[in-house]
Amino acid sequence: MDFAFTDEQEMIRESAQDFLADVSTSAAVRAAMATELGYDPALWGRICNELCWQAIHIPEEYGGLGLGFVELTILLEQMGRRLLCSPFLSTVGLAANALLLAGDEEQKRQWLEPIAEGRLTATLAWAGRRGRQDAGAVEVQAQAQADGDGFVLSGVARYVPDGHSADLLIVAARAPGSEGTAGISLFAVPADTAGVERRWLPTMDQTRRQAQIRFDGVRLGREALLGEAGEAGAALEKTLQLAAVCVAAEQLGGAQAVLDLTVDYTRERVQFGRPVGGFQAIKHRAADMMLQVETSRSAVYYAACVADEALFGETSCGELPLAASLAKAWCSDAYFYCAEESIQLHGGVGFTWEYDPHLYFKRAKSSESLLGAASWHRERIAQAIL
Amino acid sequence: MKISFSAEDERFRDEVAGWLADNLRGEFESLRFRGGPGDEHSFPEERKTWERRLAEGGWTGVGWPGAVGGRGLSINQQVIFHEEYARAGGPGRMGHIGEGLAGPTLIAFGSEAQKARFLPGILAGTEYWCQGYSEPGAGSDLANVKTRAERVDGRWRINGQKVWTSLAHESDWCFVIARTEPGSVGHRGLSFLLVPMDQPGIQVRPIEQITGTCEFNEVFFDDAVTDADNIVGAPGDGWKIAMALLGFERGVSTLGQQMQFQNELDQVIAIARDNGQAQDPVMRQRIADAWIGLRIMRYNSLRMLSGPQDGSLSKAAMIYKLYWASWHRDLGKLAMDVLGPEAEILEGAPYDLTRLQSLYLFTRSDTIYGGTNEIQRNIIAERALEMPREPRLG
Repeated sequence: MDFAFTDEQEMIRESAQDFLADVSTSAAVRAAMATELGYDPALWGRICNELCWQAIHIPEEYGGLGLGFVELTILLEQMGRRLLCSPFLSTVGLAANALLLAGDEEQKRQWLEPIAEGRLTATLAWAGRRGRQDAGAVEVQAQAQADGDGFVLSGVARYVPDGHSADLLIVAARAPGSEGTAGISLFAVPADTAGVERRWLPTMDQTRRQAQIRFDGVRLGREALLGEAGEAGAALEKTLQLAAVCVAAEQLGGAQAVLDLTVDYTRERVQFGRPVGGFQAIKHRAADMMLQVETSRSAVYYAACVADEALFGETSCGELPLAASLAKAWCSDAYFYCAEESIQLHGGVGFTWEYDPHLYFKRAKSSESLLGAASWHRERIAQAIL
Repeated sequence: MKISFSAEDERFRDEVAGWLADNLRGEFESLRFRGGPGDEHSFPEERKTWERRLAEGGWTGVGWPGAVGGRGLSINQQVIFHEEYARAGGPGRMGHIGEGLAGPTLIAFGSEAQKARFLPGILAGTEYWCQGYSEPGAGSDLANVKTRAERVDGRWRINGQKVWTSLAHESDWCFVIARTEPGSVGHRGLSFLLVPMDQPGIQVRPIEQITGTCEFNEVFFDDAVTDADNIVGAPGDGWKIAMALLGFERGVSTLGQQMQFQNELDQVIAIARDNGQAQDPVMRQRIADAWIGLRIMRYNSLRMLSGPQDGSLSKAAMIYKLYWASWHRDLGKLAMDVLGPEAEILEGAPYDLTRLQSLYLFTRSDTIYGGTNEIQRNIIAERALEMPREPRLG
């Protein structure tokens, strides 16, 4: 047991922190979020070509760097801290893991290599219109072709991260009449496939894009199917658990950022002849924010270690569902708490568009509902312990 | 970053568990899960006998260096020892103030003669210690100590009063922060003295608590004496040593404390299952939240214990007291809410509390002793977040 970063992990953290401080400034985030694409392609190109972050945990046999989930988590934390607008979570945190868990060797080579090389963005479309975010939320239907060995997809997927821009869609679809996690299949669907209709959904949090995707009788060959037909429920669940750890890491970074913003501001802001940060009414609330940040850090990195074992370990790690739910539940609440405190402790300027707290406040709420809110994850834990 | 223990450490875990299974039985069976915080007044003599059994097995001073007679275990093995001890229901340690506070202080700051005189008694479970810090006028403001000591006839003569001294009536020695420089204020002019308890100049008076039981005491010093060389460090070093000692408190034994918390939470869960509260959606959320909170407490401790052990407090360590104290207090409340009307019914008259009732009431002290939540927040804000300091006198 040594629950601290190795020197190499610390180097990754520092270089990510320094790079993002330069390129993902408040001005850069605001510029990116004003575009329909939602990110700066030139910056994404630098990330892919100079830093290879998109390849970080993809195994070397598929062209990746072959590092672990902890290293991935380190990057996500720093991205969340700087509100980096990019297709990283969708491509790496969702689609790549789905491919790793559900694809056969050929499919993994076909799709993971271009992802690792930075030539392909991807996402996962799983949730339907009812607002659920778990594996049972799949509404798109997959019917076997009457005239071949392929499938026909029909229905609507909603809340798809970067769904309007991703090159490749990993689509979860269910057999007609199936329920819950039964009958689910995963398909790799190029976004330009005939019958795929994508619509950007403008969102309150402008730092992460969402889309609705309609599948209007989309005909897919057998080769699009990842794994066995109707058997991908477990792989989808595991993908979503890993992604929950990824989002929790972003949330940790965001919570740290609003704490830092708040402490800096209250040290500068003078009222009654003193910096307001000298009043206990402010200090105590900042201390409570730090408690939330540090406990989130403990939760996130523990879950990252568990996720690493679950994805790459010798044993199938049975601890992942609980560790992921624990981290997502805790960090969702922690980030929102810190973000709302940040607005309050900034006073009037915290309510303006000009200052940054609102960006984090909005991101905190959208991250909370993404992949299951805190109460949903707590109920998952209640089912396990009660 | 690695969260699993090595095969060697897991073998050590088996050794600890095996020893406890072989020894925590027979005459000691009734001590299991007893004597912890809120129950420290129970079975003092039997628990001292148990301390000596532990000593015979080599399980005292497990974290002390081998050179002073300790076992010199690695951090990981100390974690394992404390976890297994608590898991087996090992009784609250009568010797914990000696082993956890007095001993490490002497190891760090004591003279060779002091180490030779005092460490063996702590390790053998034959001499017990209490802590003379707080006073009626020096609680959160610890530097406001008024108890004074003066050199008279080759000895220290001590006058004043300490308060909240746990186990004072069971202790042989007390380490006392006293003002040795007349007229000094604040943290200057304080000294760290070792004072024998069994003398006419010391009177111990128990304090009846919210629980109706007495673990804490008032200790009155009325021309009490101790030998001239029973001072740790030099006169005036008292504050420095007292502060260093507070750092020793946040050690690996917290992992054992968490195992006790887990036992309490398990009991709450069992009751919820039994009385149907486990079906209530709001209660399910609260119980799951408590479970999550305790897991995170463990991860946070593992983070505290990893990385550089240079004596500096990491951020994970700085939030720890505030975090566990608040969590534990909330568990007490949750326990009562799960019990519903049954929470009111005592084990017996006049005021015989159940374990969970005692938890509920006693945890009100968790957020007060050892630095109140408010003091913890000041420390976090000023030291970790570098926000402006409170105005200070002296």
